[in-house]
Order: sequence, then structure tokens, then C-alpha cells
Amino acid sequence: MRLRIDMTACEGRGLCAEVLPELISLDDWGFPIISRRVPAQLEDYAREAVRLCPRLALRLER
Amino acid sequence: MTPQTSVVRPTVACDGDPARLPRLLPDGFSTGPMSLHDHLVRYGPPAAPPRSRRRCEELIAEVELAGLAGRGGAGFPTARKLAAVAARRHAIVIGNGTEGEPASAKDKVLMAQSPHLVLDGAAAAANLVGAAEAIIVSHSAVSDIVSAAVWERRRARLDRVRLSVVPASDRFVGGEASAVVQWLERGIPKPKATVRRLSERGLHGRPTLVQNVETLAHLALITRYGAGWFRAVGTAREPGSMLVTLAGAVRHPGVYEITIGMPVGEVLGLGGGPSGPLGALLIGGYFGSWVHPAKATALPFSSDGLAALGAGVGAGLLAALPADACGLAETARIARYLAGSSAGQCGPCVFGLDAIGGQLERLADGRGPDLARLHRWLGQVGSDRGACKHPDGAVAMIASALALFSEEIDQHAAGWCSGTGNHAGVLPVPAWSPR
Repeated sequence: MRLRIDMTACEGRGLCAEVLPELISLDDWGFPIISRRVPAQLEDYAREAVRLCPRLALRLER
Repeated sequence: MTPQTSVVRPTVACDGDPARLPRLLPDGFSTGPMSLHDHLVRYGPPAAPPRSRRRCEELIAEVELAGLAGRGGAGFPTARKLAAVAARRHAIVIGNGTEGEPASAKDKVLMAQSPHLVLDGAAAAANLVGAAEAIIVSHSAVSDIVSAAVWERRRARLDRVRLSVVPASDRFVGGEASAVVQWLERGIPKPKATVRRLSERGLHGRPTLVQNVETLAHLALITRYGAGWFRAVGTAREPGSMLVTLAGAVRHPGVYEITIGMPVGEVLGLGGGPSGPLGALLIGGYFGSWVHPAKATALPFSSDGLAALGAGVGAGLLAALPADACGLAETARIARYLAGSSAGQCGPCVFGLDAIGGQLERLADGRGPDLARLHRWLGQVGSDRGACKHPDGAVAMIASALALFSEEIDQHAAGWCSGTGNHAGVLPVPAWSPR
């Protein structure tokens, strides 16, 4: 699975980085820097990060 | 799919020698746009529209054989775009003559001098992908000329394809392909963040072919004269001719047509050579690379040739910086312009380019920049995170400047600058305007 972000929708709320720090860090302005490939053992957390995004900016794709 | 031999029979004896330049621009002194009559005398009639799907496929294979790559900056193979759109129904063609790059003039000059070649190419592209309509989005400085050429063709009943002209947005990002589509749809020149390709879902949801106007002009000649003719100039991997804008410290700045692979020094020579000692060259455009003139002059002006210096031909800009101008000050000015040109949609671009511009201004003014921060920000902002490649292109240009002007950075830290000449700014940067 791969994580994908619509940076035009993102407002840098930062929830994704709290749920999934293994794959998501924040830049100096609070916008996510994403490691796109999601290992199988982190898929559940990735799904949680997608669900929690208040801007619906995050997606998980095959 | 690729034919072994050309399927195009030249429609007319094409000026005899295929290696003769210019191909796109008028030969000799020009006072205005070439009329339809003079255009047809020079090039012969446009290729007849293909009658069958199979013939379209053959002609697209001919374009592939020609090896034509996009001339708007990204250099994507034209035949692949054509094939992607041709596979779908209700397609539409957009000729992109936005040319938002401030230092570049080649699309404007091409449309002003050879509008019918661009329109031939738009009609040819539409025929190849089965589109009934082609829209030329033209820089506003020359859109009247292109419109007049369209009327000339309508009176002559030349085209089956419906051609029209729309003045382009004057924003830097307005030339990005999805921004051109949004400009036509909503009057807002901002890139789209969609996952779908424009070839699948573009203008009003239709499969859309967006090609730079110079690319279309080459396409007009390939459909007339064939791949073999096209490949008579250029290199094996980058065939054909290309338009180059010479800017900055050359005797005669302007637009010139070169065979791809001509040594950089000879390209400068077309404009009368440098007007004085040079300190640096900016190659490609404002998303291009700063390089050392002495290292570049013998290299071929081709993306393969310039790769040795980490550069590429981009949109064909070759700008020369005088030795007594400060490369850091130039870079800071361009970076500030690019930061102000952000479409304002993606956080890293909006905040990152502005912050990077601020550090570059400190660097240029000798106000003690935080170089560690600057480099961290370049890494964060330029790593393919936006809806378009605006931040990536800006960061690549800035990174090349920091590498080339490293001695100058040390000098600025020590309190002096090699920019002794009285240059208000060598490279053009439009005045700031609200988004």
C-alpha cells in the first residue's frame, strides 16, 4: 500500500504524524513529509491516519 | 508499432536540404507574421488528414520514429502523449503558448512570426488524436496575431478542425498543463491536484492533449516531411532543431533556432557572443541550472550533453551573467519572484519558498544567513510534495546556485562581493502582482 497526500487540501494540522510517526514527519512549517510505501505491519495505523485527517487530504492506495 | 521506414511522403520539395535552418522561423529578416500565402509557398500544403484509425496510428508511429520531445521544458516524448489521447473518444487539443517564463521569448516570437506553423501543428495534432477542436492558449502579447491567422485560415477554408485562440494567464505557474486547463475552465491559472492524467480527464472532463506551441510547429513539419527529414539535424537521442532564447550579457539577445547538440559557445555566438567576461550561465529557465561558462562552452546544448553539469535544455533559455554581477543577488531576486509566483495552494511551497527567499536575501545582502537552515529547507521543499513541480524547480535552480557560487558565499560572509558592476538586475523579474 502507498500513502498519498493532496497537499492542496492539507492545512498542517499534524494528526497524521502523531498516529504514524514511523512514516510521517513534519517539516518546519508543520506540513507532513511522507514515506510513501507502507509496510504491511503499519497498514492499520496508516488507515487510522487517513481516517483521522480533518481535511481528508490523506489517502491509502494499492 | 514503430515502422521500419517512414510512412510520410513529403508533400512538397522541402527547401531541398533538410539540414538547413531555420525551419520554424522566417528565413532572413522578418517584419511581421508570415501570411498564409507565404507560409504555404514555403512549406507546401499541410498533410492531408488521416482517413482511418490505422493511418492515425501509423502517423503517431512516425512521430515516435522522429523522436520529437516536448519543447515546453519537461521534454516528454510527444508520440506517447498523442497515443494516450488517441486511445480515447471526444478528445480536445490545447496548444500551450502561455510562456510564463519571464526570460524566455521563444514561444512569443514563434507565434508572432510563424503563427500558421503553430496552427498547422494544432490541426495535425487534433487529426492524429481524433479531436474536432484545438485551442491555442497564447501569451497575451501575441494572441491578436494568432487570432488574425485563424481568421485567415477560416476564410481560406483550410482546416476541418475548429481552431480558436484564448489569451493566456500572465502568471508564472499559468503555463503548467493542468493550470492551463483550469484557466480555460474557470479563469483561475492554478495547477490541479488530481490523480487523473489530463489525457484521461482534462478540459471539462474530456481527454486532453496539452502541447507546447513549438512542439506543435515541429509536429506540423514531421507530418509534412517525415521522420527522416526531422532527424537530419540534432543528435540521435535528441533529434531536430529547437528554439533558444539568449538573454543577459550577449551582444544581441533574442530568439535563435539551433540544431540540438550545437556547442554552448556556438549558441552564444549566434547572438554575437558574450558582451564581456562572463561569470555564470543559467541554462534551461528559472527552473534550470547555474553553470560555469568555461565548463559549459564546449558542451553540446542538449540535455545529454549538459547532464555532465547537472543541467538540461529545459525551455531553451541560455542566460549569461557578466563577471562583475553577483550571482547570489540574481538568484535571490529570482527566488523571491518564484516564491511570489506560487499558486498558493500547497503549504510547503507557500511557506517554504518564502522562507528560502528570505535566507537568500540575507545571503545576498551579507546579513548572516543561517546556511544550515537554508539547506534543510531546500531538502524539505524540493522533495516532490506539491500538486505541481513549482517548488521542486525553484529548489533545483537555487541548489545549483549555492553549489556554483560557493566561493561567493564565503566572500559575502567575509564582507565583500564580486558584484562590482552597476547591475540593477540582469535577468528579468516581473513586478509583483497579486495572485
